[in-house]
Amino acid sequence: MNFFLTIVLDGLIQACWLFIVALGLTLVFGVLKILNIAHGSFYALGAYIAATAVTLVAAHGLPPSLGFVAMLVSVALIASAVGFLLERGLLKMFYGRDEVVLLLVTYAVFLILEDVTKLIWGVNPIYATQPYELFGNVEFAGLYYVGYDLVLIPISAAIGFAIWFGLNRTITGKIVLAVIHNEEMSVSMGVRVNRVYAVAFAFGVLLASLAGALTAPKISMQPGLSSDVIILSFAIVVIGGLGSVEGAAVGAVLVGLARAASVHLMPQAELFMIYLIMAAVLMFRPEGLFKRETARRI
Amino acid sequence: MKQGPHLFVMIALVAAVTLFGRVLPTWTLSLATIAASNALIALGIVVLARTGNVSFGQGLFFAAGGYGVALIANAWGVTDAVAQVIIGAVCGGLLGLVIGPLIARYSGIFFGMLTLALSMVLYGALVKSTALGGSDGFNVGRPSLFGMIFTDPREADFMLYAVSVVTTGLAGIAATILFRSELGLASLAVRENNLRVEYLGISANRVVTINFIIAAIFAGASGAFALMAQRHIDPQFAYWTTSGEFVFVAVLAGYQSVAAVFVASLALELVRSFSNLYLPNTWQLVLGVFLLGVILFLPRGIGSLWIRDRHKKKIPTATALSAEKGVVL
Repeated sequence: MNFFLTIVLDGLIQACWLFIVALGLTLVFGVLKILNIAHGSFYALGAYIAATAVTLVAAHGLPPSLGFVAMLVSVALIASAVGFLLERGLLKMFYGRDEVVLLLVTYAVFLILEDVTKLIWGVNPIYATQPYELFGNVEFAGLYYVGYDLVLIPISAAIGFAIWFGLNRTITGKIVLAVIHNEEMSVSMGVRVNRVYAVAFAFGVLLASLAGALTAPKISMQPGLSSDVIILSFAIVVIGGLGSVEGAAVGAVLVGLARAASVHLMPQAELFMIYLIMAAVLMFRPEGLFKRETARRI
Repeated sequence: MKQGPHLFVMIALVAAVTLFGRVLPTWTLSLATIAASNALIALGIVVLARTGNVSFGQGLFFAAGGYGVALIANAWGVTDAVAQVIIGAVCGGLLGLVIGPLIARYSGIFFGMLTLALSMVLYGALVKSTALGGSDGFNVGRPSLFGMIFTDPREADFMLYAVSVVTTGLAGIAATILFRSELGLASLAVRENNLRVEYLGISANRVVTINFIIAAIFAGASGAFALMAQRHIDPQFAYWTTSGEFVFVAVLAGYQSVAAVFVASLALELVRSFSNLYLPNTWQLVLGVFLLGVILFLPRGIGSLWIRDRHKKKIPTATALSAEKGVVL
């Protein structure tokens, strides 16, 4: 029983940050219809910026709690600016082209960002462990957990709720939903679709890099981080259904549990399991678990 | 209908390029071998892309071909280069035969995602399989040709170059014939609208499946070349960034011309080796900017540089044809 609980709790902790990354990916797909391969790079970018912020704060002899705040604030500012500029400066030029072409554009962005992070932060692993001890250790059902990991659960739940509330219960959210459903109609109703695009993309980037920042104290930052993360978040949004918030949540929990279960029971099957789930979902429900069927033109 | 170059012209071209390898310096020889091998797999992506589906998981068949050849080479001592290419193609093709019918129902982004997922399943399995060397992979011996063993590295390089250029050239000729065939034209129709094709009595799934299997065969053979060139194999063959590079070549080439695939592959290898030499830490950056530039300024690929003229010439013949029909009617 205890063993089972360990798997569930580990899975949930994994699911937390995966959910935040996948939320950004699914939002960008919903609004802009772009499957963003560079999404993992924004995660890595957030993690690297967070590491720099934490290290800077620690170097000035300030407490780690300040480092935690500094890392979130700096990541939020830089990431949303990068996202906004990228959408206005680059992606805008390719709207109206094939979905696959846009996929390749983001692949190019992925390649570029991969080297930019190497140029700025080098190729050696970077650590930012100071905030990890911030919340102490917690005993739970006879097991010891790092407090930081458990704090992630309410944080990601709050982010998820905020997005859901923002989309479904506010005027701005309703406008975004209108753009998701029918862009042309929204334009003719006077919605500034350009602005919605830019904000949605910046928000997607923000979510990816926030997840990066939140996980930065737990991991070592090194090249290859982005390509691993994007693969996981792809699996999540495909399982849940591209463009669906609930789907991202369910997908994240499934993938988190699958990862935790295979780590504890069958470590050699970790990556394999996730893709098997994804392939199985695609075989039976190609639109994902949470996507409504849409009509198509004949 | 588009005529294109004559069959014998194409065969002569392949022979000329092969013999040209005798005068090339050694470093260009291995570069050209890799370029030819990448062109082969990218050609498969182009074949498939004519049905409107882009595979982001050709690494699956690339790795299947590579591992199949490597395992058979180590188990039974099959070192013949031509035999290895055939084994690679068969491994890729068999896997394509299994996966193709399942995957043909999907299109667009889901098709891409599913192929990517399948290649990552293989990657995940290979990384963890200690019998196959895990993430380090394993080595294989030098290839031979028809019982000849090449000890001089230059001769060995030329042999590999010749086999890869001839194979890729033959595949290119086959693709040209395929593009002009009924199946090739049906593929273009599926790309436009698969439901309309179904109404005309052609199975769109079947068209996609056949193209998918052809792409898998090309990818498997390409995996055999990559193995022979590196004499080493590891799970990176199946990783998604490997597949991404092949899609890159296909996009660079555009979907109209077979020759463009070879030019694009060679261009990519040149860019890669020069930026490796002069900008060792930023070659992905160069690659990314290059890709953006091509998508922005040559949306139909580098093939459009010389295909465009032919389209212009086609217009008068088309009107002439309809005028003729008018007379008959």
